[in-house]
Amino acid sequence: MKLRELAHSRTGDKGNTSNISVIAFDPKHYLLLLQQVTAARVKAHFAGVAEGEVVRYELPNIAALNFVMSYALGGGVTRSLALDAHGKSLSSALLDLEIEAPSDHS
Amino acid sequence: MMRTIRIGSGAGYSGDRIEPAVELAEKGEIQYLVFECLGERTVALAQQARMKNPDSGYDPLLEERMRTVLPLCAAKGIRMVTNMGAANPEAAARKTAEIARSLGLSTLKIAAVVGDDVLEACKAADFPILEFDGTVRQLGNRLFSANAYLGAEPMAEALRAGADVVITGRASDPALFLAPMIHAFDWAMDDWNLLGQGTVAGHLLECAGQVTGGYFADPGYKDVADLARLGFPIGEVGEDGSLLLTKVAGSGGAITAQTCKEQLLYEVHDPTQYLQPDVVADFSQVTVEEIAPDRVRLSGGRGTRRTGTLKVSVGYVDSFIGEGQISYAGPGALARGRLALDIVRERLKLTGVAASELRFDLIGVDSLHGPQVSAHANEPYEVRVRVAGRTETLKEAIRIGNEVETLYTNGPAGGGGAWKSARDVVAVASVLLPRELAKPRVQFVEG
Repeated sequence: MKLRELAHSRTGDKGNTSNISVIAFDPKHYLLLLQQVTAARVKAHFAGVAEGEVVRYELPNIAALNFVMSYALGGGVTRSLALDAHGKSLSSALLDLEIEAPSDHS
Repeated sequence: MMRTIRIGSGAGYSGDRIEPAVELAEKGEIQYLVFECLGERTVALAQQARMKNPDSGYDPLLEERMRTVLPLCAAKGIRMVTNMGAANPEAAARKTAEIARSLGLSTLKIAAVVGDDVLEACKAADFPILEFDGTVRQLGNRLFSANAYLGAEPMAEALRAGADVVITGRASDPALFLAPMIHAFDWAMDDWNLLGQGTVAGHLLECAGQVTGGYFADPGYKDVADLARLGFPIGEVGEDGSLLLTKVAGSGGAITAQTCKEQLLYEVHDPTQYLQPDVVADFSQVTVEEIAPDRVRLSGGRGTRRTGTLKVSVGYVDSFIGEGQISYAGPGALARGRLALDIVRERLKLTGVAASELRFDLIGVDSLHGPQVSAHANEPYEVRVRVAGRTETLKEAIRIGNEVETLYTNGPAGGGGAWKSARDVVAVASVLLPRELAKPRVQFVEG
């Protein structure tokens, strides 16, 4: 199934760094996100976009992960050649990530 | 009984809608109305405007916003805080005073916070650029502005001195909201946990509609009612830092745990270290609780001692960007789009266009995330070819769009709707300035 079924997401930008939150709709799926949505998978998913490292921060209180991708905005929001210079649409790309469905999911 | 204040967020960016602020002033039962209108690059562009005309350099919508909102705020005793001063807070304050006089509101006290302009200090030292290898000095004569993100102290000082309207230039966005809290509750500037929780409030409010259902809706997954009448948020803050987010009853949009969680992490990197001029805020222990429809409580924000530096945005002339677009449709649209890109790629080489960076996109196919992320997409009915390149001169930039436009008569079948542009790029980069080198101060103008 797609990550979109279990989580929602928002992208933010600072300079040449993009951050993407991944927030479980239901907190009981946080552990699954923790196991399956790793920094390595996110980096691989954004091949050709995330040119630098991807760091994951964990926020169990709100059942959320925060991915920080450096060198991901075409040299920076204010100088990028990209159509979406802010990378606002990156969150939707991440929700396309394929994940294994939780056992309670019908 | 615990004291509380209600702060409305009247704008989340320079061009934001005006009517939600009217709704907040009329029906929000607020004591403070904050307008965040200054983007990362906006202050640099405003500096350029001020260089051409010393009386300009403040927000282009200032006059319209003030004319609309000042009478409502004056009637209810609502005090305003805004960064609409951009590159010229003094001129913005003079203009606001003039507007107030013309509206018969000459008793209003209007204050400007100045001192965020640190260009001379940045030129005198040679600070390293945070985003790329290099220093301020190496930007040479391309450098034209440097503005420090000021904290809440000078704005709180202006409120303490009785200002009805506080107009600043570059300041941290959450600090615009922190200032009324510090003033109303006499928070100590070294009570790091209070300042950290106050920063949670400021951060949730600063983008206005982004916490009431804007930048959020996804039909079937995250539905939001009545986005065309999206209301802006109100933060109800207690003197202990407790925070309840809400909005005017009957306004469009929604405040839910989901909208608040998304905004909590917006533009945040390490959630334990959200660097602010007044505090290093820690969002990692924040909890979010829906207590009623459109009423969400956020608790657990903390903080540690502020750092010794202030972030500074330096504005510089980076380069030029030339761009061209053209569309193809129907059977074979994708193949013709790809052929068009190949032709332009070769033409730019053949004609020797001097570009340091080039980008070849098919809008509708791979323009947003590149060919690798988009590899499994289906064939679309129409595609739009887009070529963009970075050059050192405007003349070279113009040549890029020209090579796309000539596809009309020299390219694949059925190319339509060609468009081209060439523009200079004013970019911003960041440096860290020892905080004592910025000397903010408050100036009142006569109402």
